[in-house]
Amino acid sequence: MKYNTKILSTENVLLKNIGIIDPLKIEEYVAKGGYKSLAKALKMDRKEIIDTVSDSGLRGRGGANFPTGRKWLFTYNAKADQKYLICNADEGEPGTIKDRILMEGDPQQLIEGMIIAAYAIGASKGFIYVRGEYRESIKTLRTAIAQAVEKGYLGNKILGSDFSFDLSVAEGGGAYVCGEETALIDSIEGKRGEPRLKPPYPPVEGLFQKPTIVNNVETLVNIPHILEKGAEWFRNIGASCSPGTKLFMLSGDINEPGIVETPLNISFTEVIEKFGKGVKDGEIKFAQIGGSSGNIFTPDMLGKVWTYERCCEFKVSYGTGSIFVCNDSRNVVDHILTVAEFFEHESCGKCTPCREGTHRVREILEKFAYGEGTVSDLELLKDLCLVMKKSPICGLGQACINPVLDAIEHYKSEILAN
Amino acid sequence: MSDKVKVTIDGILVNVPADFTVLQAAQLAGVDIPTLCYHPDLRNSGNCRVCIVEIEGMPTFQPSCAFKVWDGIKVKTNTAELRKARKMIVELIASRHNTDCLRCDSNMNCELQKLTDKMNLKEIRFEIQPDFEHPMDHSNIVQRDPSKCVNCGRCIRMCNEIQTVNALEWAGRGYEKMAMTTMEKPLAETACISCGQCINVCPVGALTERDDTEKAWAFIDDPEVHTVVQTAPAIRAGIGEACGLEKGYLSAPKMFAAIKKLGFDKAMDTNFTADLTILEEGTEFLGRVTRAIKDGATDVAFPMFTSCSPGWINFIETYYPEFLPNLSTCKSPQQMFGPLAKTYYAEKAGIDPSKIRVVSIMPCTAKKFECDRPEMNASGHKDVDIVLTTREFAKMIKTANIDFATLPEIKPDDPMGISTGAADIFANTGGVMEAALRTVYEIITGDALPALLNFTPVRGLVGIKEADITIEKTAPGFEWLKGVTVKVAVVNSTGNARKLLDAIKAGEKSYHFVEVMCCPGGCIGGGGQAKPTSWAIKAKRAASIYREDESRELRKSHESPAVAQIYKDFLEKPNSHKAHHLLHTHYFSKAHLIK
Repeated sequence: MKYNTKILSTENVLLKNIGIIDPLKIEEYVAKGGYKSLAKALKMDRKEIIDTVSDSGLRGRGGANFPTGRKWLFTYNAKADQKYLICNADEGEPGTIKDRILMEGDPQQLIEGMIIAAYAIGASKGFIYVRGEYRESIKTLRTAIAQAVEKGYLGNKILGSDFSFDLSVAEGGGAYVCGEETALIDSIEGKRGEPRLKPPYPPVEGLFQKPTIVNNVETLVNIPHILEKGAEWFRNIGASCSPGTKLFMLSGDINEPGIVETPLNISFTEVIEKFGKGVKDGEIKFAQIGGSSGNIFTPDMLGKVWTYERCCEFKVSYGTGSIFVCNDSRNVVDHILTVAEFFEHESCGKCTPCREGTHRVREILEKFAYGEGTVSDLELLKDLCLVMKKSPICGLGQACINPVLDAIEHYKSEILAN
Repeated sequence: MSDKVKVTIDGILVNVPADFTVLQAAQLAGVDIPTLCYHPDLRNSGNCRVCIVEIEGMPTFQPSCAFKVWDGIKVKTNTAELRKARKMIVELIASRHNTDCLRCDSNMNCELQKLTDKMNLKEIRFEIQPDFEHPMDHSNIVQRDPSKCVNCGRCIRMCNEIQTVNALEWAGRGYEKMAMTTMEKPLAETACISCGQCINVCPVGALTERDDTEKAWAFIDDPEVHTVVQTAPAIRAGIGEACGLEKGYLSAPKMFAAIKKLGFDKAMDTNFTADLTILEEGTEFLGRVTRAIKDGATDVAFPMFTSCSPGWINFIETYYPEFLPNLSTCKSPQQMFGPLAKTYYAEKAGIDPSKIRVVSIMPCTAKKFECDRPEMNASGHKDVDIVLTTREFAKMIKTANIDFATLPEIKPDDPMGISTGAADIFANTGGVMEAALRTVYEIITGDALPALLNFTPVRGLVGIKEADITIEKTAPGFEWLKGVTVKVAVVNSTGNARKLLDAIKAGEKSYHFVEVMCCPGGCIGGGGQAKPTSWAIKAKRAASIYREDESRELRKSHESPAVAQIYKDFLEKPNSHKAHHLLHTHYFSKAHLIK
């Protein structure tokens, strides 16, 4: 393990083996009870597994929060000669490192989750699409896969069953947009990584036009635990409508940066205070939650518990779970300009509103950063952002203006004062 | 799909086929949705977002061009939010466009102009930032001005998906993403076959053909020069449309009148050499068949491919040089006309061939490339001096203040003006094959081609057509062909040609004779024809061409008196030594372009 992120929580499920076992020794994972769930799953009916996952209430942890069981059911029901399972490990979100820790610290947990998922949906081929810069993750996973094959957990007729599953690592090319599942699929196919028009959605028509499930690393590592301990156990963790634990990453103006595993019955202020030991060098001004397209939470908002339902109600998202803390010395324009520069660089350029819009958002924000912005500039910025919210092809273009719109809503006078 | 579904567009209920897009349904409902990256002949990519609509129950706007309907779907196309979004998107596109409209080839015929007009766009609130970084590319017949590109990607879809030429591709990412040439090379160094199909689908003036109108005017204005114009078969069904008349407007007599009124000395006709091509190519084909079937030779290249289409020649030279022996050695009708004008006509008229300038009017941009080939100088001069597209011809007519619709009707000039209906149909996909069959079948069997003259199996705008003709009766001397089934195929677009060539290579298909036209639909869909174009418009042009053929007294090339005359007076007989020197050519591998 090459990362130096601190694990700040102690009562962990997904992170329990991290730093405890040697990730390059499958025996140590097995000794901790690993692959018991797989053995159990292979004796279950495929549909029963999907029902268990549905009953658990697990939602996708990549940011979209789609119910995992429901997603699997689409592919389970699809008739095709070939189905695929892809693990989305293209973790490119600034301030996000959970997938890397999970892959480098406990790779077998992910592989076990994937084998169970593949069995449930009927996929015989799987890919872990890993962010290209994550050299250590790629190396670790390749070793771990080879060990799992050797032990009979992967490959032909797994554990003596009729199920065979071939798993390999696909390296990303460095584009942030490839975290979008259809861009990721195009990238695996060898094309430019650009989002496809949806529908058709991947569970029905994905990789090489075949039904494909794309799940985030954090989603998949939950699977062995749900299979082992049951849906009810999972449902009882945290808030009833958002069960399970979630990984949060603290960075920015924080005394103790690191990763936290916690049920979703806790406010962000609590996370910051309890695990991050509070804001560094001043009072909190705001925090951006869920990555660079995440919402800007004011101190008031940070004090609340944000279940999935509450997020829906207020149309915000905790995305990947990153918490970027800004103290009161920070200028909101500087912050959103940095974000805008990031998106101008990372827009794939396929559709007009995102290709041109991200560039113009950056231009206008730069005017404010240089003290040249006017009231009409701000109006244009808001108009542009509102168009971008609904018009681009994919989530990148639609969400990248979230922090800008939030800043305009909460810090309008500060922007104009620039 | 025959199932119909109920679709509501802006409150209007329509029943449409279940596989319709929202845009198709809207068109049926009489609701006009503006578009930009959409083109009816191309895959829907949904990337410009101009055609976005609101679908009830969906949180974001969807591109109507690509979004499929479902039963009960409710669509809104004209809400305040949509109008605002659409206008903003057009404003963003316009802010990256070099709005040098006054000097643009597409001025008054530009889809972006129409959009900004429609959006009532009064100001562009962003700094105007066209791509001036990438230089204009004038290396080839097809020319690019990156500063005008609106990144709709229609050219790329055409080049890569329909034509499978791959001379254009997306480069860069985000704000720097650009429709570019492959590896950002000058087009002349890519696999570009100069077919001009990218120009046909470009909504603005970013892609154009090399403009040769000034050269044409200079010939006209030079009293020392004797200008001879030839017009391709497809021009008679294309020039009226390019002059603003209805799609498929047909008038050969007005076309000749326009040429004369522009000041050219002679208005002759490529149709004449189209008939001649049939005699030359038919004889060549019979020669190959004789060698293979009668003499039992095993080294005869089959199928024989037609060679009229210079884009196709560029394509096979680049991508399939192993098939070069299969190409007919016949020059295209344009390049047969050139040397004959500077030898046969020059002798007959007593004009110094060095004073003659042959100007072609072609539906084609690749013809410009073809006439510039160094080997095209059989007359001892450059055989064809310049080629004008249908569009350039229309521009000259406009410049000369000529009203095409009211022009008188005149006949073409002798001795290379008379032609048959078989020459007319060279314009359509399947036409060269049908014209050849009309003549070859009659020579072999002594009878006219069955299904009267309209040999329907090779007609229509389908990509690949096949027909088997079994020789049941033979004329004297062809008894050895009795019972032989001649297998023919007709292909349009190089994408379909690629499919056919791959199938032949894989041994899945075999033919004796294959007609290939580079452009989708044949020359009526040529890269130099009027814009806009689509399959629906091409169908109208094709119908006009068949009408022209049917109106003729003479419909078989071997019945042309002008052709009989030239063999009698000048060429002796088809495939004679002289004919070979003037009318046949050879080919070169250009495989290095894709290495």
